[in-house]
Amino acid sequence: MATAHQTAGPYWHMIDFPAWADLLRADGPNAGAEGERIVIEGTITDGDGALVTDAMVEIWHADPAGRYDAAFQGFGRCATNAEGRFRFVTLKPGPVPGRGNTLQAPHVQIAIFARGLLSHLTTRLYFAGEPLNETDPLLGLVPAERRATLMAEPVSPGTWQLDIRLRGGAETVFLDI
Amino acid sequence: MSDPIPYARPAPGTQPPLDSPAYRSTQGRAPLLAPIRAPHTLTETSSPRLSPLHYPAQADMSVHNGKAAMGERIIVAGRVLDEAGRPVANSMVEVWQANSAGRYHHVRDDHDAPLDPNFEGHARIFTDAEGRYRFTTIRPGAYPWRNHHNAWRPVHIHFALFGQGYAQRMITQMYFPGDPLLALDPIFNTTADEAARQRLIASFDLGVTEPEWALGYRFDITLRGPAATPFEEGDHP
Repeated sequence: MATAHQTAGPYWHMIDFPAWADLLRADGPNAGAEGERIVIEGTITDGDGALVTDAMVEIWHADPAGRYDAAFQGFGRCATNAEGRFRFVTLKPGPVPGRGNTLQAPHVQIAIFARGLLSHLTTRLYFAGEPLNETDPLLGLVPAERRATLMAEPVSPGTWQLDIRLRGGAETVFLDI
Repeated sequence: MSDPIPYARPAPGTQPPLDSPAYRSTQGRAPLLAPIRAPHTLTETSSPRLSPLHYPAQADMSVHNGKAAMGERIIVAGRVLDEAGRPVANSMVEVWQANSAGRYHHVRDDHDAPLDPNFEGHARIFTDAEGRYRFTTIRPGAYPWRNHHNAWRPVHIHFALFGQGYAQRMITQMYFPGDPLLALDPIFNTTADEAARQRLIASFDLGVTEPEWALGYRFDITLRGPAATPFEEGDHP
């Protein structure tokens, strides 16, 4: 039996190291890594549409060639700020093999930890306009009318925005992994 | 390329449900819609390989800037294994906690209890090849929270674990044996399974205890193991 999850609570910032939101930081594991530099940003809101200002957001994604076993470590952590926003700097991931000889569209796994979440929420960010989105196995499991909640939109060159709604409204699609 | 082996799904009742009204904050934040069950791909079965080279280890919270923190010094040790009993080796573990008076070194903690200038309350350790970890700290204090009238959190230490696949990623809390607040705590009690709850409670361990120095507690952690029978995409049990 696996150990039960428990909430990260309101004081998880004791393990917040703001530098980790920049996966390309000069003293980090990916210093000098080459690829397409991107910014991923967004806002988190709760069931009332109020900003979630105390969440811990983590990302995990493949390297630009779609590999997880190479030198690049596609891991970052960011606290949402007083405006409920998170922001990461990283390299755009490549397509990743899926199950059964399929190919997954480029994507970023997102984990959200916070007070009020007894275990973290998992979702994915996809890049709008990516041709492989049409055949991505996971997107194919998501009702068409909800896919937009996983689709980051370009807001300026190299900057992708995905807003996350925890509950109600246009609730983000969360994944049971 | 062969498909990665998926992780096992938790047995019913062994994990806390997101929608747990007794823990009031869940009511604005727990999703209303059921999650989509996602087949495990390399995204879920790979994990960041975080090295002490870039994430320096710090295993002693009981001393800060060369000065001893106030409170009862303790040692916490244990093993991180998966459900198949395999050690989770060389894996980063983060811990954080309140000080001995029950206050976090955190700008948003306004509990009227003293801060300790010699206690920050977070550590980072790495499991060894056998999945063992160990750190030194101060026994934290209980503290009030505003979930309901006269609500107090039982004494606890937060643990964050990565494992070897992102589907193993987890944050949990270690509780202390004999704490009378456990029976009253909505967070602890959201997990229905009695055995699963008991596994969140550390045990006093004379083998971890160091003479003339500190009491020792053992807290073993189990991460998800491989599914018993590998299954094909779309065929989740």
